[in-house]
Amino acid sequence: MSEKPRKFKGGVHPNDSKALSASKAIQDAPLLDAYTVIMHQNIGAPPELLVKKGDAVKKGQLLAKAGGFVSVPLHSPTSGTVGAIDKCPGPTGIAVPAITINSDGEDEWGSLFEPISDWKNTAPADLKQRVWDAGIVGMGGAGFPSHVKLSPPEGKGIDTLILNGAECEPYLTADHRLMVEQPKDVVLGAAIIARILGLDSAVIGIEENKPDAIAELQKVAGEYNVRVQPLPVNYPQGAEKQLIYAITGREVPVGKLPMDVKCVVQNIASAVAVFEAVVKGIPSIERVTTVTGKPIVHPGNWRFRIGTPISKALELAGGINEQPAKLLLGGPMMGIAQSSLGVTVMKNTSGILLIARDEVSLYTSEPCIRCGRCVDACPMDILPATISQAVENKRFDWAEELNVMACIECGSCSYVCPSHRPLNQHFKWAKVEIQSKLRRRN
Amino acid sequence: MSEQETSQSIRLPDPAKLVVSNSPHIRSGQTIHKVMFGVVAALLPACAAGIWFFGLAALNVLLLCTVSCVGFEELWNKAMKRPSTWKDGSAIITGLLLGMNLNAGIPWWVCIIGAFLAIILAKQLFGGLGYNPFNPALVARVGLLIGFPALMTTWNEPQGGKMMVDAVTTATPLSMAPGAAQVTDMLVGNTGGCLGETSAIALLIGGGILLALKLIKWEVPAAFIATVAVFTGIAHAANPHEYASPIVHVLSGGLLLGAFFMATDMVTSPMTRKGALIFGLGCGLITSLIRLWGNYPEGVSFSILLMNALTPLIDRMSMPKPFGYVAPEKGKVA
Repeated sequence: MSEKPRKFKGGVHPNDSKALSASKAIQDAPLLDAYTVIMHQNIGAPPELLVKKGDAVKKGQLLAKAGGFVSVPLHSPTSGTVGAIDKCPGPTGIAVPAITINSDGEDEWGSLFEPISDWKNTAPADLKQRVWDAGIVGMGGAGFPSHVKLSPPEGKGIDTLILNGAECEPYLTADHRLMVEQPKDVVLGAAIIARILGLDSAVIGIEENKPDAIAELQKVAGEYNVRVQPLPVNYPQGAEKQLIYAITGREVPVGKLPMDVKCVVQNIASAVAVFEAVVKGIPSIERVTTVTGKPIVHPGNWRFRIGTPISKALELAGGINEQPAKLLLGGPMMGIAQSSLGVTVMKNTSGILLIARDEVSLYTSEPCIRCGRCVDACPMDILPATISQAVENKRFDWAEELNVMACIECGSCSYVCPSHRPLNQHFKWAKVEIQSKLRRRN
Repeated sequence: MSEQETSQSIRLPDPAKLVVSNSPHIRSGQTIHKVMFGVVAALLPACAAGIWFFGLAALNVLLLCTVSCVGFEELWNKAMKRPSTWKDGSAIITGLLLGMNLNAGIPWWVCIIGAFLAIILAKQLFGGLGYNPFNPALVARVGLLIGFPALMTTWNEPQGGKMMVDAVTTATPLSMAPGAAQVTDMLVGNTGGCLGETSAIALLIGGGILLALKLIKWEVPAAFIATVAVFTGIAHAANPHEYASPIVHVLSGGLLLGAFFMATDMVTSPMTRKGALIFGLGCGLITSLIRLWGNYPEGVSFSILLMNALTPLIDRMSMPKPFGYVAPEKGKVA
């Protein structure tokens, strides 16, 4: 059932800059002396701490247990002793609680989960429990606990599982390399997730600029009833709503979730983590991350353990040629700018990106000339320029009327704006104001 | 571990010099400056045609208008203690468009009054670039037309390539008897009229540049010109003795200049593509009505200004429904 993907409205075509790292095989990062594992790596409740300073821990041992249903446990990245349990710089610039693990150099596994090799005949509920126990979250974006996504309420009638291999953010190649090097693991992960959802098939959506990934996956996909769907290159093709539309033609209603149109979307790295948790019994303590950017001496892809400081990741990549303007976690369109090298790799760190001074947007905002480029670029079909003017005048009621809540913050409008207006920033502001107004009302 | 040694030769970013700001962190490289100078480039063929047919007098008018517009812009910035803005190119466009909307024999002081009307009255009093509801060059043209009707409707005879400093007066195709106008003359620009609007070919080349550089929405000129062609075509078919053919209507007067360069002004026309179609259609309709039954032989300026006034309304009417729109009351997917 090879269908032609649907083209969503709008989108932009930034230079993808993936050539810097796309052909670099994933390398295992060497063992460090210490890891600083950020406690709260998932959306939802933080996990509950189980260890104290001075405790000896093994690799993969539970450091903290899930603090509720929408929460995941946290495991030790290596063996050693628990050091300081203190605050460390978080990805949003706010200091967050973190556990330091001082490595004993042995890197010795504790007791692994029981491998489930016969997952085809294992109850879906048991497989789902394993996904939860392994601490798997959506590793591409917000870090939403995977087991929650795999627990749609009764009656949603989920009929499609989509693996998001679009990787439409410029520069990032981590998912690309996973698909090229571990195609079978990706496909098996998809098949296991499909079984949990009661489905017998899955679709992997991939942008056409990764022909090697498409070819590798197609070699193994058929056996597990997984379909590989090439997608046109158009940012934000990997945004959940645009991806679902491209593959199924369904529009996720504003304010609703993929499951409301009978779809579940999972990240490529999460699928590999599911495969490893189920078939090998390994918890989620690693993340394949692209370290790249023009200022980087040797851009590439590494398999980091969670808790690896960014400074160490940059050292592995040979350091820098020139002082960058920005250090980002994630891609250049939606990534978060950092002010510290002490932030550590988390389960959802898909990229560590340095932006050179000549490619960064450090412009002053000028008046809107109403050229309409933002309107053409918007994949959600709202009017960015008009909403931005409403926000400038603090007319959040008007911004709401103009459907600012439909905005997915992809940044396409800001990207094309000749006046360099802070459009995306205005929308984030408006959404916070509108949500807090709703909370006050309730 | 050997890490300690290697890390000394490895350079890491200085965190104190890292910029923290909102995503996206890269931009397309498009700037107001580039947009505006693209438009200037697109205006040059028609300006060159004007100078060829109307001589150095036309060059004088274009230069005087442009320099005055830039001058008034900077005077205003000085007086208001604002940073200089002429380099963004918008005042240069206004100046060129104003000059193109005048005839080559216009007295110098009319140019300066026009520049004042365009930059100060129509643009800066509303807040400058991006805030003016009406096209500045057209406000100036209409202001001058009402203030100095005789001067503004005295047309010069084209003097192809003679580079005369003084101009000779003649009639325009729109004010001639139907059938008297020569289509080939109108195509190249060998006819009376404002210095920038006579050469259809030069205007089409400029329009092509605008479309190729994606500086205008194709919907505006397409709807504008098509509406005029259809409307005047019907009138011509009904009574060929009274009404000129649609070809004359499309090629003559300020239609091509207006449709490609003035109705498409981003600031004063709708932002959505649907809105742009409605806008172009309205311009075409009003132009046709004024040309066929109005007191003025030409209606392009008035039609665009009238539609400028409707732009906020059109924008509101043509607001797209967002992807995955949910109607507030029905609670169903639209």
